[in-house]
Amino acid sequence: MATEKLSMAQALNRALRDSLSEDPSVYVFGEDVGPLGGVFRITDGLTAEFGEDRCFDTPLAESGIVGMAVGMAMNGMRPVVEMQFDAFAYPAFEQIASHVAKTRNRTRGRVGLPIVIRVPFAGGIGGVEHHCDSSEAYYAHTPGLKVVTPATPEDAYHLLRESIASPDPVVFMEPKKLYWAKEEVDFDRPVPAMGKAVVRREGTDATLIAYGPSVPTALEAAEAAAQEGRSLQVVDVRSPVPFDDETVCAAVRSTGRAVVIAEASGYASVASEIVARVTERCFHSLAAPVRRVTGFDIPFPPPKLERFQLPGVDRILDAVDDLQWEDQ
Amino acid sequence: MAEHQGLLPSERPLRLLDEMGTPVDGSGLVMPDHRRLLEAYTSLVIGRRVNDQAGALVRQGRLAVYPSSHGQEACQTGAALALAEGDWLFPTYRDTAAVIARGVDPVEVLTLLKGDWHAGYDPYAHKVAPQATPLATQLLHAVGVAHAARLRGEDTVIMALCGDGATSEGDFHEALNFAAVFKAPVVFFVQNNEYAISVPLARQTAAPSLAHKGIGYGVPGERVDGNDAAAVLAVLERAVESARSDGGPRLVEAHTYRMQAHTNADDDTRYRDSGEVDPWTERDPLTRMEKYLKRKRVLTKAKQTEIAEAAEAVAAHMREGVARDTDPEPAELFTHVFADPTPQLNEQAAFLADELSREGN
Repeated sequence: MATEKLSMAQALNRALRDSLSEDPSVYVFGEDVGPLGGVFRITDGLTAEFGEDRCFDTPLAESGIVGMAVGMAMNGMRPVVEMQFDAFAYPAFEQIASHVAKTRNRTRGRVGLPIVIRVPFAGGIGGVEHHCDSSEAYYAHTPGLKVVTPATPEDAYHLLRESIASPDPVVFMEPKKLYWAKEEVDFDRPVPAMGKAVVRREGTDATLIAYGPSVPTALEAAEAAAQEGRSLQVVDVRSPVPFDDETVCAAVRSTGRAVVIAEASGYASVASEIVARVTERCFHSLAAPVRRVTGFDIPFPPPKLERFQLPGVDRILDAVDDLQWEDQ
Repeated sequence: MAEHQGLLPSERPLRLLDEMGTPVDGSGLVMPDHRRLLEAYTSLVIGRRVNDQAGALVRQGRLAVYPSSHGQEACQTGAALALAEGDWLFPTYRDTAAVIARGVDPVEVLTLLKGDWHAGYDPYAHKVAPQATPLATQLLHAVGVAHAARLRGEDTVIMALCGDGATSEGDFHEALNFAAVFKAPVVFFVQNNEYAISVPLARQTAAPSLAHKGIGYGVPGERVDGNDAAAVLAVLERAVESARSDGGPRLVEAHTYRMQAHTNADDDTRYRDSGEVDPWTERDPLTRMEKYLKRKRVLTKAKQTEIAEAAEAVAAHMREGVARDTDPEPAELFTHVFADPTPQLNEQAAFLADELSREGN
């Protein structure tokens, strides 16, 4: 079997390499993605292997990068562009919201845009201002965009391959703090498609719902809870859009209690949406209101204060403790 | 000095005909042949008729709004005629006449303004991008289309239109820069009509001309009298052919004037007076070309009648097509968001269908 121990960064690199070699219409471009291989080395070696036409550096202008991707996609290509950091993608927001997201609909399905916008995102690496935003809600709120965020190297490989093959634009959000952790990756065994959540850990007392950078934290919390005799189930959402109501709700119904975990500020967030959806659908199965453990509603803190913003094991366990167990 | 050569535009806008239709020194610009000029004149007359008819349809409540290119028809005509069949046109909301000149069915073009859907024509059928409402964003798409074509070894040229106001947008600069760096064969054609809704050119730029902006990106700039259809066609054809042969972008600024308000919803008496507008009537692109072609005996009475009838047929087609009652299908609201609708969209489509069935629709 083709399995290999890889970091998420290496798995993403492998996914780009395999897509580039299988499909001549795939083009990779952005800032520093050429000879340097990207500031996180996700595009390492691609220019050398596939040439300057297939993986290339652009002028330093994010709107230009995404706008050019729109035109290339209109003309038969599958662009995969890198926004160097989460907050660096904001200059491209008009292109993303007004064109990437809307062109298929605007043209009544005549012009689809198979574009992948890769966004390294979220905190946990001690990054300075503008390098640690959890910007997924902006994209998830925009109709016409798929939003994917892997939590494991294996998912990173398969979900990026699937995103590049998708006929629709995908904002592919890569949790920076998970870039370097290694895990066995099976290249041949398919994983569930985007739009499917997966249960990462079985449990019977309460369900932790997380995605991207918060999944390992949720698993850690479940492990700690097990030491104390509480059995927590962990669901990895994988793609905030399309959202898998079925799997998430089935999981919540099986335990009757839920906590949603995300790094992003909680107000008007993906976490809020998940709470609303679960509550609307599972109200009679719930023994307690669904809780959220999210970032505070503050601009992302400087490195020495970031630990106060990130959802940690203790906060998750406190939220679980709060799920009205005494009323059971 | 050598690197700058050819990047700066001419001192004055190039022209081939003065206001009276008399040939003038074109500073090396070659007058298109009579067949081509007659083609341009036909397109001018149709463009004017399209503008007038669309305006009338707004007054009758058949169209929600119409941004007219009245007075700018030489630019509309030139942009479409300068392209070969495999080339692309990237128009804005004010470029309806150019889209029609490129061959798109006027009724399909008016889908947007009729309120039936956002874009009514198939962009691939005539290689015309959807008319852009956001300013300058489409210029980057033009660069992308050109770059993709270049990567495949095709000799496609893209004509990307925008107005003077759009040259203040960041995407205008990014598009020129990307096109120059990647040697993308795009002709950026700026119709400087002096106004962005109410704001005059002086508030958009302190540059000597908009065409001067090319030098900052290494893109050759050119200026043309935008009401001289012969000169506009000649300048754009030259730009298209040079972009095709060396792959590099070109920037062309046409000096013209927006004769009518921004749209029918705008009141231009609040920001300009008739003393400013009136002199432009004498610079009308149609009468200028007409005078020249008559003097050359290219435009006969019979030919003129034939062209007028062709324009009238287009107008009748517009009236008939727009008057036809169309009921956009609500279910279609969910069909094109993604190639395959998400489960949530399917639920919402079912919800709306149920609501409609209960209303007896």
